[in-house]
Amino acid sequence: MAFEARRVRHWDNPDPMRFRDILDAIGDTPLVGLPHLSDGAGARLWAKLEGQNPTGSTKDRIAKRMIEAAEASGELTPDRIILEPTSGNTGISLGLVARRRGYRLTVVLPDNASEERIRLLELFGAEIVYSPGDKGTNGSIEIARRLAQDDRYFMPFQYGNPANPLAHEEGTGEEIVRDLPEVTHFVAGLGTGGTLTGVGRRLHRHDPEIKVIAAEPELGDLVYGLRSLDEGFIPPILDETQIDRKFLVSSSDSLRATRELTAREGIFAGISSGAVLHVAMRIAAESPGAEIVCLLADGGWKYLSMEAWAEEIERAEKRVSESLWW
Amino acid sequence: MSVRVKLPTILRKHAGGEPLVDAQGATLRELLSDLEQRFPGITKNVVTDDGALHRFVNVYVNDEDVRYLGSLETSVTEGDTVSILPAVAGG
Repeated sequence: MAFEARRVRHWDNPDPMRFRDILDAIGDTPLVGLPHLSDGAGARLWAKLEGQNPTGSTKDRIAKRMIEAAEASGELTPDRIILEPTSGNTGISLGLVARRRGYRLTVVLPDNASEERIRLLELFGAEIVYSPGDKGTNGSIEIARRLAQDDRYFMPFQYGNPANPLAHEEGTGEEIVRDLPEVTHFVAGLGTGGTLTGVGRRLHRHDPEIKVIAAEPELGDLVYGLRSLDEGFIPPILDETQIDRKFLVSSSDSLRATRELTAREGIFAGISSGAVLHVAMRIAAESPGAEIVCLLADGGWKYLSMEAWAEEIERAEKRVSESLWW
Repeated sequence: MSVRVKLPTILRKHAGGEPLVDAQGATLRELLSDLEQRFPGITKNVVTDDGALHRFVNVYVNDEDVRYLGSLETSVTEGDTVSILPAVAGG
């Protein structure tokens, strides 16, 4: 299957790549073809490499946008501490923005988050409050909401902040329309709903027929724990009218697709990217001629300690199923 | 028609600790009603009092969320697998 380029990198590249500071280098990530995985699928698969952002995840986009919006509205002042519940990536991105702009940061993080996420948060100077791992990110949200009652804290709250979907509507979605105007499907993970809502709005304005598809993790029992069903959480910013279909993906299927992406395409991405790719392959099989964009939310670096690429897949599967990778 | 239903940890106590049970029905609603008859209380937090799918629960037929299919009227056939899970956030 042919994949034509819209831009080829070479030494006399006419597009300037010089930025005022690191925050201006956020976004404008590459959209790359997946020729090997598309071969025989009857559709073309494309990957939006969000791991190319400065801290290695798509969350850089929303962290920058949420802080800029809070500064502009006057809610965030230099004396306040930024507080956020996160499974890791948003905290790390806020760490970068906080460092650059001179704020203190406290994150509430499930205690089963990967070692790399904890190290990166420490490296950016974040104070970490741990929440019980068996309650997942829902548990972090509960604790952060209690802490936020103290006025010293300013909580951007990615799950309820309109700057989150807006960063994707005006950034991620706009870039996809620019780079692949013929896009027919968009697949991304559902975490806060910001990516699906924001990109969905931009893509549906471009062509209402574009299908927006969500991938959701089937986390292990250790992560779901004994959570009661009425403790579920629906992020307020999630606009379900933008989503056409939603699929559940097991840790095992996510891991296998993540490894396949590395083995066949040379792309080193995080485990949630495997979940997205697994769904995209299912859509490709039933949609001949489709142009499917998969959003790969982060790079693989933060998952090395989970041994996700270990030679014995059984060991990798066990470690991933016991960890929080969403 | 027999369909397999995967139960989350919290609902297994209603079904003698089993993680997987079989249920009968042509739609998801019939399936859940069959389960409720056999294991009273099991669907209390899945279906609301007025017969809709509970907001904080996700139900999947062969890994696809029924909220984007036919909700409780989604058809099920022999060999399908239904999963019930709490809605989780990420980020």
